[in-house]
Amino acid sequence: MARLLEHINVPGINTFDVYRKHGGYKSVEKALKTMTPDEVTEEVKKSGLRGRGGAGFPAGMKWSFLDRKSDKPRYLVCNADESEPGTFKDRYLMEKIPHVLIEGMITSSYALGAKTSYIYVRGEYMYIIRILEKAIEEARANGFLGKNILGTDYSLELYVQPGGGAYICGEETALLESLEGKRGNPRLKPPFPAVAGLYASPTVVNNVETISAVCSIVNESGDEYAKIGVGKSTGTKLISASGHINKPGVYEIELGLPVEEFIYSDQYCGGIWKGRKLKAVVAGGSSVPILPAELILKTAKGEPRLMSYESLSDGGFATGTMLGSGGFIVMDETACIVRNLWTFTRFYHHESCGQCSPCREGTGWMEKVLHRIEHGHGHMEDIDLLVDVAKKIEGNTICPLGDAAAWPVASAIRHFREEFEYHVKYPEKVKNPKHFELEPFRSEKVLAGV
Amino acid sequence: MSEQIKPIQFSAETMDLVQRIIKRYPEGRQKSALLPILHIAQAEFDGWLSTPVMDYVASILSIKPIEVYEVASFYTMFNLEPVGKCLIEVCQTGPCWLRGADDIVEHFEKKLNIKVGETTADGMFTLKTVECLGSCGTAPMLQCGSDYYENLTTEKVDTLIEKLRSSNQRSTYMKSNMQEI
Amino acid sequence: MAKVTIDGIEVEVADGTTILNAARQIGGEVVPPAMCYYSSLKDTGGKCRVCLVKVTQGSAKDPRPMPKLVASCRTPVMDGMVVQNITSQEVLEARKGVVEFLLINHPLDCPICDQAGECDLQNLAYEHGAAKTRYEEDRRTFEKIDIGDKIKLHMTRCILCYRCTFVADQLTNERVHGVINRGDASEISTYIEKAVDNEFSGNMIDVCPVGALTDKTFRFKSRVWFTKPLDAHRNCDKCCGKVVLWTKGDDVLRVSARKDQYGEVKEYICNECRYDHKNMNDWTIEGPRHIDKHSVISQNHYEKIDMQKLKLDIERQIQFQKGKQLPETNQSPA
Ligand SMILES: Cc1cc2nc3c(=O)[nH]c(=O)nc-3n(C[C@H](O)[C@H](O)[C@H](O)COP(=O)(O)O)c2cc1C
Ligand code: SF4
Ligand code: SF4
Ligand code: FES
Ligand code: FES
Repeated sequence: MARLLEHINVPGINTFDVYRKHGGYKSVEKALKTMTPDEVTEEVKKSGLRGRGGAGFPAGMKWSFLDRKSDKPRYLVCNADESEPGTFKDRYLMEKIPHVLIEGMITSSYALGAKTSYIYVRGEYMYIIRILEKAIEEARANGFLGKNILGTDYSLELYVQPGGGAYICGEETALLESLEGKRGNPRLKPPFPAVAGLYASPTVVNNVETISAVCSIVNESGDEYAKIGVGKSTGTKLISASGHINKPGVYEIELGLPVEEFIYSDQYCGGIWKGRKLKAVVAGGSSVPILPAELILKTAKGEPRLMSYESLSDGGFATGTMLGSGGFIVMDETACIVRNLWTFTRFYHHESCGQCSPCREGTGWMEKVLHRIEHGHGHMEDIDLLVDVAKKIEGNTICPLGDAAAWPVASAIRHFREEFEYHVKYPEKVKNPKHFELEPFRSEKVLAGV
Repeated sequence: MSEQIKPIQFSAETMDLVQRIIKRYPEGRQKSALLPILHIAQAEFDGWLSTPVMDYVASILSIKPIEVYEVASFYTMFNLEPVGKCLIEVCQTGPCWLRGADDIVEHFEKKLNIKVGETTADGMFTLKTVECLGSCGTAPMLQCGSDYYENLTTEKVDTLIEKLRSSNQRSTYMKSNMQEI
Repeated sequence: MAKVTIDGIEVEVADGTTILNAARQIGGEVVPPAMCYYSSLKDTGGKCRVCLVKVTQGSAKDPRPMPKLVASCRTPVMDGMVVQNITSQEVLEARKGVVEFLLINHPLDCPICDQAGECDLQNLAYEHGAAKTRYEEDRRTFEKIDIGDKIKLHMTRCILCYRCTFVADQLTNERVHGVINRGDASEISTYIEKAVDNEFSGNMIDVCPVGALTDKTFRFKSRVWFTKPLDAHRNCDKCCGKVVLWTKGDDVLRVSARKDQYGEVKEYICNECRYDHKNMNDWTIEGPRHIDKHSVISQNHYEKIDMQKLKLDIERQIQFQKGKQLPETNQSPA
């Protein structure tokens, strides 16, 4: 099975010619010339490919929900908004091998019957937009875009749309609003985009990595793709590794790789930097629950934790987390959980669209309380207050940003309550922003790592 | 603050690009072009969106001015007030903080003798802290115009300040002004 | 038609009816509160989240419960749906949370607010809120501004229900105000100094559930409970001409549209009726306005408003904001 990053080190792979020489655009040829759109969708279903944007929803199933009876045009929109803290895999892929996304967009648009498709890229990635636009020009010049692609009667126009700086536009309905030139306010659902999405027409929104994976699924069949990975976590996944590790970067792993190997092997993160110990990991982007060392390496049952949708969520939120977007943030023994959480909560406060009251008001409240605790002005009651505010946001908002803001708070207190209490008890010590760098917080529980 | 000197009108060349962008969307959906055009307008008119500039964009797209204000004020990349020639945006979210973003911000404040949110007296630099820019694996990092500067150290910051100052160009999201550091 | 059961009471409603409107057909206690939904304005609702309810059975065909609480104002009923409102502890808890969220940045100015006595938020807080706030951070504040010579905007009091923007979009052809900025920095604004001036713009005042948009022409600045509301009408070629006159003696202090028991205007009025006819002789008086028992000011009817109780209500509000514990009940002493 060809991997997404297989040719990443080939010089010039960002150009059409080199990409084509290494087997690029074969899926377009195969799909357009030898398969019906439904057959392509069928392969994607068989592959078991799950959305790589965070929610992990089966891509083939999403495609099959698309309202094909509507007489309105259908759209495929690629979600390249990538703004979840800890996630930078889409940027890497688009920068290094832009054509794999363009190829995936053409093949997928064909499967969905889209005549116009858009790639919505976060505005800050403006240089990536130039790269994609160049790749689109090359593809067009070579007959892979525009009218009658490869002489077939399928035609497609593909455009890149810049965002303006707003994490919430990664939420698919906010993205569609933004693409319509509006504020990025998520829509109330139903209707879902598959029925009324862009311009109230049937629309599929998929992540960059999801769409790129379609190329090899079509080339080598869904069944072949399903052979890699483990259980319902099929295929490979791009992991963005950051934080206190020796080798931060983007790694393509086969789903099912043990977490311990991912952290400590030289092939991947290369272990914790400066010879320090592992303290905690946020495994799937800032939104997912944080886990202390012993729970990220092993499940509560004592089994090795694997990099897969199922294994990472083993134990539910009590002792597990989520694969999310694959933003793997590692913290060593000197990291302050409270301060890290404060930056996350500040992020959600900053990024809340403000439409619904629990998220608009609750995120700001949590940020202010955390700011106080971290700066030595907290009270013991604040800790339970945070838990309660998080609980009152969770599940009660229009879109999942509310949950995304609540989970990190709830989980950090669940697993690291002692550290919050320490902040309240020793205000003088925590007034130095580098408090735990000077003297790591010692607790039997959290330092039980390798 | 600096006066808007240029007349508020896109050049013929820019207008051509704007018209091509509008054609990307179906008939009657020209409002979809708002974000791309605001980016162009900001780059063209001194790095920020004044009310007359936003009104001009509204007129091009045949939408109400308030629709432009609503959108421009929602997104963080649009400056509704004048900014220095180089807007330095340092990421401060978790992953960057873990690798020393605070030190970078502090160093900028010291070197430029301004606080976050302020502009240097010569109008050259505005310092801003921002949330995750999708570059956490190369933290700490900053964005200036369309350019990402990664794996920052205080030494690299010194070089960058010097080079940006001597290049004396307005950095915009639309064009690279990448400096070797 | 669809049969739906809300808090154990069954009702049959037309397909596509929302849970909230189905509950309103039953009436009484089972009706969820609503702060952003407004039945005569398209696309309103879904934002404030005070109307959240629990769906314990999705439909007869698919009896699975819905995983999260849903906004009753925007969720259509299904045949065989079973809903819990006040019979669900979870709903009451969530609602209490939402009310607290709406209040944390709300100012402490009920005693000087024009809306006091007819404020939906005040009513909501009494019925569904806790007696004590846990918020000790700084509150968000804004300068109050005039948007035109007729309307005053106290943004500090706004709960961002978006109703006024829908009025401007749907009742007028030139919207000049909207929501700018985002998150908790969002504000209702014209952005530039600009007057909201349009024949129907005054309706923004009536749809505003709180005292954020108020009538600057309210003469003599009287507390609403010192005024006597009268139903009245005149022949108007722009609108229905059916209004409520808020009077004191022979003076018309204020003119507003008529609100139903859920505080909603069904027939909007034009600015001429609202602002330019503050003379009893301009109107045909129909009689005293019946005020719904829902309202804080109405327990005893306007003329003989229980001042003792009113004072307690306002004090209670202030104490809430200060975080002091007060008795849960809202009873006036006998
Ligand atoms: C607040 C929020 C932010 C999100 N950001 C992104 C994002 O940046 N990129 C992305 O692909 N999906 C993001 N998602 C998920 C999308 O809503 C959507 O599920 C996804 O684009 C679907 O594509 P997939 O099925 O291929 O993953 C976000 C969701 C939420 C609630
Ligand atoms: S949950 Fe937050 S981001 Fe989502 S719609 Fe509500 S306010 Fe907006
Ligand atoms: S001003 Fe009033 S009507 Fe307008 S959004 Fe605020 S609370 Fe709602
Ligand atoms: S946290 Fe700084 S780029 Fe992601
Ligand atoms: S009334 Fe339903 S969410 Fe506001």
